[in-house]
Amino acid sequence: MMIATQSRLATSAPDHATPLLEVAGLIKHFPIKSGLFGRPSAVVRAVDDISFTVVEGETLGIVGESGCGKSTTARLLMHLIAADAGTIRLSGKTAGTSELPMKTYRSRVQMVFQDSYASLNPRMTIEDSIAYGPGVHGMAGDEAARRARRLLDRVGLDPKRFAGRYPHELSGGQRQRVNIARALALQPKLLILDEAVSALDKSIEAQVLNLLLDLKDEFGLTYIFISHDLEVVRFMANRVMVMYLGRVAEIGPANALYKASRHPYSTALLGSMLSMDPDHRTERAPLTGDPPNPINPPSGCRFHPRCTFAEPVCSTTVPVLAAAGNDHWAACHMAMLASGHSNAKDTAV
Amino acid sequence: MQPNTAAAVAPAYASDAIERSPGYWATVWQRFRRDPVAVGALVVISALILMAILAPWITPQDPYKGMALRRLRPPGTEGYLLGTDELGRDMLSRLMMGARLSLFMGVTPVLLAFLVGTSIGVAAGYVGGLLNTVLMRTIDVFFAFPSVLLAIALSGALGAGVTNGLISLTVVFIPPIARVAESVTTGVRARDFVEAARASGAGALSIIRHHVLGNVLGPILVYAMSLVAVSMILASGLSFLGLGVRPPEPEWGLMLNTLRTAIYTQPLLCALPGVMIFITSISFNLLTDGLRSAMDIKA
Amino acid sequence: MLTYIVKRLLYSLPIMLGVSIVCFMLVHMAPSDPLVSVLPPDASDDLKKQLMALYGFDRPYVEQFIKWLARAITGDLGTSIRTSRPVVREVMTAVANTLSLAAFATFIGFFFGILFGFIAGYFRGTWIDKLASVISVIGVSVPHYWLGMVLVIIFAANLGWLPPTGAGPGGSQNWIWNWEHVRHMVLPAITMSVIPMGIIARTIRALVAETLSQEFIVGLKAKGLSSFGVLRHVVKNAAPTALAVMGIQLGYLLGGSILIETVFSWPGTGLLLNDAIFQRDLPLLQGTILVLATFFVVLNMLVDVVQTLLDPRVARS
Repeated sequence: MMIATQSRLATSAPDHATPLLEVAGLIKHFPIKSGLFGRPSAVVRAVDDISFTVVEGETLGIVGESGCGKSTTARLLMHLIAADAGTIRLSGKTAGTSELPMKTYRSRVQMVFQDSYASLNPRMTIEDSIAYGPGVHGMAGDEAARRARRLLDRVGLDPKRFAGRYPHELSGGQRQRVNIARALALQPKLLILDEAVSALDKSIEAQVLNLLLDLKDEFGLTYIFISHDLEVVRFMANRVMVMYLGRVAEIGPANALYKASRHPYSTALLGSMLSMDPDHRTERAPLTGDPPNPINPPSGCRFHPRCTFAEPVCSTTVPVLAAAGNDHWAACHMAMLASGHSNAKDTAV
Repeated sequence: MQPNTAAAVAPAYASDAIERSPGYWATVWQRFRRDPVAVGALVVISALILMAILAPWITPQDPYKGMALRRLRPPGTEGYLLGTDELGRDMLSRLMMGARLSLFMGVTPVLLAFLVGTSIGVAAGYVGGLLNTVLMRTIDVFFAFPSVLLAIALSGALGAGVTNGLISLTVVFIPPIARVAESVTTGVRARDFVEAARASGAGALSIIRHHVLGNVLGPILVYAMSLVAVSMILASGLSFLGLGVRPPEPEWGLMLNTLRTAIYTQPLLCALPGVMIFITSISFNLLTDGLRSAMDIKA
Repeated sequence: MLTYIVKRLLYSLPIMLGVSIVCFMLVHMAPSDPLVSVLPPDASDDLKKQLMALYGFDRPYVEQFIKWLARAITGDLGTSIRTSRPVVREVMTAVANTLSLAAFATFIGFFFGILFGFIAGYFRGTWIDKLASVISVIGVSVPHYWLGMVLVIIFAANLGWLPPTGAGPGGSQNWIWNWEHVRHMVLPAITMSVIPMGIIARTIRALVAETLSQEFIVGLKAKGLSSFGVLRHVVKNAAPTALAVMGIQLGYLLGGSILIETVFSWPGTGLLLNDAIFQRDLPLLQGTILVLATFFVVLNMLVDVVQTLLDPRVARS
């Protein structure tokens, strides 16, 4: 499986010259209401000032524990919830402004949800579900229906057998193929896959992942692949972004990050993966301490209460993303020059 | 790997080649048909409606013309199958004619309240936030009145008459329907397929029309139908009190009222209009029960 | 839990304000002049104006409402236009009569409703269950005012066992607990009890069936728990819901008694409302409805609070 991947990734090597998506300063806080008059008593800092870019043709993987803000990020990118602050630019144009109205933006960026059943309208046939999006954008009914059937064929479902069915008549894997076809119906440039294969059986998961790789080549797509499953992300992604409590902990090329992560959290997270090679299995418990709580995140570096390398500077100063290699960035005081951490270098190498 | 499919339409994609599953309502109808009680109720209601429509042409006697000499004849009198009322008018003809106003007064308020209540509830449920709070707290105020009291108070204040009766009953049924509509819409709104529709760039109205209504109308409809029986009893009750239909129009509730004076002399005659109300309301209740269980599909 | 109860109490305040606005608007919605029942048809405009000013009907609505509400809170609901007696006195006498009738009816309705519901739920799926559900469908479908007439025909007109109308001998207006008065109450109370009977039977049947099919009951039975022991568990599970339905139904009967009271000439709020409507005595109409709605709101609140005390899970949901 891995060998096949390597060759595929090589063929679709990202073109670094054109950033397709630029995200800057994205923030989303959810107020928690309680008390007698429903006043907000606390906020969940679900996404707290994150910035990143996605290059055309690549796959950016986003990983992290549940509650780290991956799914909120996806929903913010899709503008399903309004951001408190931050801009999203697609091919240099800011989404939601006159140069790129939200409706147009939403035809270029599409999303596949985790729950294959909940994301299909139970009262609509498969064909109608797929054809709905093009219809919204002004395509005539029969043309949209033809596109739907063609896409069904393309995702491996015989239109003759499946187009007139209802979601409950399909298996989970078939439904997720339908969801992929629905997302492709608007001919997007960027596809956000939010835990899109996490609910599937392992054998079905592999088939759907291969389908996604095929479709990427065929339609020239760019993926944001969100998953808690690090193995799957390694299989799919060119670059990986690690999130922790609403912040970016580390972002870099998948190979470099998996081989030599520069943030202790990434290291711990990767350490929790079961290695195929018995010689490389880690002995120590990968993550210790309290589980992260986004309501009252720790001061300074949010990971410091659980970090084995924590020093005084970590609880006082918020680390910024610092260069940690070729296109590789980490938000750790150990990776920052002259940060005050004993493991940090004082001058550039 | 297949090449990117060109615009040409392969025969397999033609519309008539597609195998189609029966839709939700077709499945519900299949299940409903197998329920003899529900089908029986549907037949009775259809017969009543047909009778109401055809009444002016099929009544054996003139329902308005009385004969002072033939007052309060018992059922079975020659020429008057169900007897005559306190003004000597033919009971059978008046009961048939009465179906028009009784059914109209019973069904219309629920129909109107269904339209208004669904609109309010779906808007409140879909938009949420402040609009939801304002609409739903207003609805709560009307819930503080028992329905019979509210109906009588409103039509009492507005004055007797068919229109005022309809308005009062409609106002009574809007809050419960709106509350049900709000709660099912809130449930559907949180589902991923609504999010997916928003992600495809669709506006609120398109989403409500294509994704929300199809999933909420069923439960709201069943609930509204369960109110028809209540509405029949209440509407006739208003006329019984003298707040609805006015004489000499035949209406079952009003007939029950005017015949009360004969309760000792012709008890059977007095009970007849009530039997009609009872038959209608029990049929609607059984129809609703049948529809509810037919719609209870696990999928 | 205390927070929940306080919240629930505070929540009733805006509801009561809304209710009073609706009651106030009832009078101003009326198409006819509020003084129509006291003015002679040939009254001069001057006299009309004088009377309007006397009753305060010439002031702006908001001012009228605030004054009316302020007085209503202190227990002054104005004066009946027809009888010139305070509305509160008229209403309270009637409420007492309706309350005794409704309480009696609730008791009968619940006794039989719970009995039918329990039997149906316990023998679910059998012919007893089917019979009980037929009875409950009839119960919710029957026009109760008609049922009242049928009962009068059978038990008063034909058999002569019970008096057909009134609250007591000789047109008594005040309810007293004696044999003669109880005899007058039997028919209206049975008629009224049919309304909650069907609903409570359905609720109890569902609750009992659900409790019996739960795993812990099956487990207890397997451990050799007697059927009486099982019954105890079922009652414990069904009681809070049964109580809630009972409270709300009592409220409905208080407000919904008008038709039955008309049939039986029972001197309660229903008959009072009937008089107020047909004599166009709007202050009386307004006052009666306000008092009944207040009863209903308070009753709903009490039901919620008591239910919370019995079953703390309610507060969290």
